[in-house]
Amino acid sequence: MMKTLLSAVALLASSLAIAAGPAVPLDKAPIDLTDKASLQNGARIFQNYCLGCHQMQYQRYSRTFADLDIPEELGMEHLMFTGEKVGDHITNNMSAKDGEKWFGATPPDLTNVARVRGPDWLYTYLRAFYADDSRPFGVNNEVFPMVGMPHVLQELQGVPSKTYETRLVDGEPKQVYVGIKTDGSGELSEEEYDRAIADLVNYMEYVGEPTKLEAHALGYKVMIFLLIFFVLAYLLKKEYWKDVH
Amino acid sequence: MFKNLMSWIEYRLPFMDKMNLHVMQYPAPKNFNFWYFFGSLAMLVLVNQIVTGIWLTMNYEPSAEGAFASVEYIMRDVDYGWLLRYMHSTGASAFFVVVYLHMLRGMMYGSYQKPRELLWIFGMLIFLVLMAEAFMGYLLPWGQMSFWGAQVIIGIFGTIPFIGEDLTLWIRGDYVISGATLNRFFALHVIALPLVLVILVFLHIMALHEVGSNNPDGIDIKRDNDGTVEQTEADKKFTFHQYFTRGGKKVIVDAIPFHPYYTVKDLVGVAGFLLVFAWVIFFLPEGGGYFLEPPNFEAANPLKTPEHIAPVWYFTPFYAILRAIPHPFMGAVAMFAAIVALALLPWLDRGKVRSVRYRSGLHKVNLINFCISFVALGVLGVLPAEGVYTLLAQIFSFTYFGFFVLLFFYSKNENTKPLPVRVT
Repeated sequence: MMKTLLSAVALLASSLAIAAGPAVPLDKAPIDLTDKASLQNGARIFQNYCLGCHQMQYQRYSRTFADLDIPEELGMEHLMFTGEKVGDHITNNMSAKDGEKWFGATPPDLTNVARVRGPDWLYTYLRAFYADDSRPFGVNNEVFPMVGMPHVLQELQGVPSKTYETRLVDGEPKQVYVGIKTDGSGELSEEEYDRAIADLVNYMEYVGEPTKLEAHALGYKVMIFLLIFFVLAYLLKKEYWKDVH
Repeated sequence: MFKNLMSWIEYRLPFMDKMNLHVMQYPAPKNFNFWYFFGSLAMLVLVNQIVTGIWLTMNYEPSAEGAFASVEYIMRDVDYGWLLRYMHSTGASAFFVVVYLHMLRGMMYGSYQKPRELLWIFGMLIFLVLMAEAFMGYLLPWGQMSFWGAQVIIGIFGTIPFIGEDLTLWIRGDYVISGATLNRFFALHVIALPLVLVILVFLHIMALHEVGSNNPDGIDIKRDNDGTVEQTEADKKFTFHQYFTRGGKKVIVDAIPFHPYYTVKDLVGVAGFLLVFAWVIFFLPEGGGYFLEPPNFEAANPLKTPEHIAPVWYFTPFYAILRAIPHPFMGAVAMFAAIVALALLPWLDRGKVRSVRYRSGLHKVNLINFCISFVALGVLGVLPAEGVYTLLAQIFSFTYFGFFVLLFFYSKNENTKPLPVRVT
C-alpha cells in the first residue's frame, strides 16, 4: 500500500517537473557568490550597461561596496556616475511612463530578478539575442520572444544571428539550426562574453539575496548547535524514562 | 520569606495547584509515539510566528505604496531582518506541516471519537482560523502572487449567488484589491486572528485536559473504580492530581506525569524539528518555490496577470477540489464541504474502536485512500487545471469524499480486533 502511495506521488511529482519546464533548455549559469572579482565585474557591467533603464531600487550602493570588498572611494569614482550619495539606492532617472512609451513595457526593477527568474534563465536569456529586422530594435530573443529590450551588450558580443548548417538528415541534406553565432564585431570573444554574462548574473544573484553567504555561515553554526542539543535532549529523555520502562 | 510569599500567592491564586493539575500531576498515557510530537510542535511554531511577527511589524509598512519596499528593507537593512522574515515565512509552512500531521494522528487513532468530539471541533476551528491567518498574511508582502492569489481566493466568495458581489466588495473594502484591503488584512493578521487563535488553542488544551489524551491503542487510561481494575507497581509509582481520580471514583493505569516525562520527550521532538526547520531557513528559505513563490519577489502589479496562479501549497488540496467541479459556486461548496466533512468525523465515524491498530482491514485501506487523495489533490492544486489534471482532480475529489461516505457505512458494524486490556 505504501508503495502504491509513493508511486502515485512520484508520478504526479514528475508531471509537475514537466509542467514547469521552459520552452528553451536553459544553460546552467556558472556562478559563484564567493568570487569577489566576478561580482565586482558584474557590478561594473550592471552600472555601465543596465542601470540606464533598469534600477535596483531596493539595494544601496554602500551595501554592494561593503559586500563586494570595494573601497567606498573607488566605488564612488568608478561605479557611481550621477552624484548620488553612497547610502542611496541604485536608481536611475527614467520614469516608468517614459519607459513604457519607449520600450512598450516599463523596464522591470532588477533587485530581485534572479529570485523571480532564476540565474539559469538570466544567463541563457542574455546570451539568446539574435538579429531580427522585424523587431523595433533589430533584435529578438529566443528565451523571451518579442521582448521589448534592445541588445545593449551588442558592443561586447557583436551582432548575433541564428545560424544554420546543412546536414544530412535521413539521407537528405537539410538546414539544421545550430544556435546563435556572433559576427565577431564585438569587443569580447565568445568565451569572454559568456564569462562577462556569468559575472553579471552572479552579481544579480547576489543582489537578489545579499545575505545568502551570511545565512549559510550562520546556518552551519546553528545546525551544529542543534545537533548537540538533539543529542543532549535525547540523553536527558533516556535518563528520565528509565523510571517508565 | 520566599515560602511565605509563595503561600500568600497560592492562597489568592492557586498557581502551584494549577501547575500540578495541568503539568506535573497530569496523567498522560505512557505509550505516546512519534505522531504525538506534532501537538507540542504546533505550539512551538505558534510562538515562533507571534514572536517573529511582532518584530516584523516594527519595520513593515502596511500600505500599497510601501509594503513591498518595506519587506525588502527588512531583508536588506534591518539587522537579522532576513532571519526574522525567513523564520516567519518558513514558520507558516511549518505550521501547516505539523497541523496536517497532527490531524492525521487524530484520524489514525480515532482521537475525535467520544468523548473528544468538542476537542476535535476546537481543533478544526483552529485549522479554519489558521487558514484565514495564513491567507491574509500572504497578502502583506504585496508581491505578484500575494495580489493575484488574494484575487483568486476572494473571487471564491464572489461565486455565492445573490450576495457574492457585495460580499467581495465588503471583504476588499474597495472595488479592487487595494491599499484598503492590505490595511484591513494587516489589522486582522496581526491582532484579530492571532487573538482568536490563541484563545482557541487555550480552549483546545483545556478540552484536552478535561477528557485526557487518547493514545495509539485508543483505550482509556482512566477506568471506573469498580474493583476490577488492577494497578501494577508501575501505576502506583506516580501521584496524579486528585481531580483526575475524582476522589477515588476513577483508577488511572498506564499513565505517567506529563512533566518531566513528556516535557523531556517533547524536547527531543523540538530538537529534531528545529534541525529541519533551521535547515530550510538558512539553506532553502524559498522551499523550492513552494514556501516563497518566485513571482512574489516582484511587486504587485494589478495590470500584469502572472502566467500561472497557484495558491501556497497548504491550500492546494482544497483548491484542487474547487477547480475539479465545473460550476464555480458548486466548486466553492465542495471545497467548504471538504473541510466540514473533517469537522463531522466524530459523527460520521460510528465505530466503537478508536485506533486503526484494532480496526478492520477495510478501514486501513480507506485511511490510506484518504492520505493518497489528499496528497494527490495537493499536487494537482499546484498544476494548471487542464486536460488529464482536471480529470485526476475529479477522481481524487471523489475518493476524498468517498472516504467519509464509506466510513459512515462500514463503521456501524465493523469487524474489529479485540482491544488489549492495557496499553501496549
